[in-house]
Amino acid sequence: MTAIRVLVGTKKGAFILSSDGKREQWSVAGPHFAGWEIYHVKGSPADPDRIYASQTSAWFGQIIQRSSDGGRTWEQPGSEGAPPEQAADVAEGPPMPKGESNKFVYDTSPKSGKPLTTHQWYDGTQNPWEFARVWHLEPALDDPDVVYAGVEDAALFQTTDGAKSWHELAGLRGHESGPRWQPGAGGMCLHTILLDPKDPKRIFIAISAAGTFRTDDGGNTWQPINRGLKSQYIPDPNAEVGHCVHRIAMHPSRPQTLFMQKHWDVMRSDDAGATWREVSGDLPSDFGFPIDVNANEPETIYVVPIKSDSEHYPPEGKLRVYRSRTGGNEWEALTKGLPQKDCYVNVLRDAMAVDSLDPCGVYFGTTGGQVYVSADGGDRWNPIVRDLPSVLSVEVQTIS
Amino acid sequence: MIRVVLPHHLRTLAKVDGEVEIDVAGPVTQSSILDAVEARYPMLRGTIRDHATRRRRPLVRFFACSEDVTHDAPDAPLPNAVASGAEPFLIMGAIAGG
Repeated sequence: MTAIRVLVGTKKGAFILSSDGKREQWSVAGPHFAGWEIYHVKGSPADPDRIYASQTSAWFGQIIQRSSDGGRTWEQPGSEGAPPEQAADVAEGPPMPKGESNKFVYDTSPKSGKPLTTHQWYDGTQNPWEFARVWHLEPALDDPDVVYAGVEDAALFQTTDGAKSWHELAGLRGHESGPRWQPGAGGMCLHTILLDPKDPKRIFIAISAAGTFRTDDGGNTWQPINRGLKSQYIPDPNAEVGHCVHRIAMHPSRPQTLFMQKHWDVMRSDDAGATWREVSGDLPSDFGFPIDVNANEPETIYVVPIKSDSEHYPPEGKLRVYRSRTGGNEWEALTKGLPQKDCYVNVLRDAMAVDSLDPCGVYFGTTGGQVYVSADGGDRWNPIVRDLPSVLSVEVQTIS
Repeated sequence: MIRVVLPHHLRTLAKVDGEVEIDVAGPVTQSSILDAVEARYPMLRGTIRDHATRRRRPLVRFFACSEDVTHDAPDAPLPNAVASGAEPFLIMGAIAGG
């Protein structure tokens, strides 16, 4: 029997919403990690019961949580408490747990790292890289112990031991364009990680505000892939880096085709990011944050138009998902079940996801605390919950 | 035995209620107390002090005998009342909204 698990990160905890394949009746579990910002929660494609969560706080920093039972219980990997009799003298007794599941330190080693360079600050001056938090966790497709983490200040980390320890894939931050990267309004974050299901050495990532990068050698070397992007808010609108890419998405059957919601503009590439073209078409606004692809129709994509870069709410106070069945350019408004009056919420970049059923389920969460589901590819929407804390991220697991 | 009061969120992470009691080898200072706390509760590493720099996180404060010792030298001796266990060492999050 098919089950659906929706993993929701909010500003004050994580929630797990569960249903059967009909996606009509839902149970709500949580809050987990109450009071903490949960930037992202994502399950392993190789083991759906293995789930990772990024738990953060301005006071107490970064915590990584891991569940091995589908989110019922959680642990900080490798951080088991020590017996009291060993605590006073670490040098004696058996090896202590290292407690390094939350240790994200930029690699400056001569062998693999680069000197800790600077990046551009808001005012154009140079600023050193400083770790703030994990924005996105992307478990590997084939190994539940391997996870990639996109962090602020922008860098890519990897664990190969189930999040007990992390190391930086330093070739990305060491790209010669690093000093030209700059923070967007949310900070200088690496927020998107796409793993190519047909080529295990190819990874796409996106950074606000640097742009999109691709590795073809498992993360050692990277190239910016931003040709065709035009951003009027930077001195050279056609620059190689500096674009505020909000999100990229891919259908697993067509990893050469990428879709992008940029700060402004919805874009498409059919050559693995080498070139991009605009497909905003007849959208009421081409500003927005999330973008996603229907699980069964690789040319059917979804965006949520937002009025502008400063007015982060839907145009005309009407919450509308827009769907294109032609891979862009021609869009239709999806409104049934969504508020069409006085609605001024936002939908953040990691707060939309799809399941893999047919018809495809589409899910998104709002800064007003609603999580909506459409069990028919976007035609009709229903709120699963209406009153959660502000939603930061939504992921979906389809469990058969 | 040193008594340490952790803030709510760190008690949750460490899975403890109320005060924790730890033994500290040598002089009782902020550093030696935090070393012992992190040794007993490795899940708290990085939450009070930065993992890499070992510096206090900016929104964490320390109190002893009703005195704010946040900005004292990390290796300065703490009052005898803390060292003897008569008074607790308080670790608090700054009141900064949220």
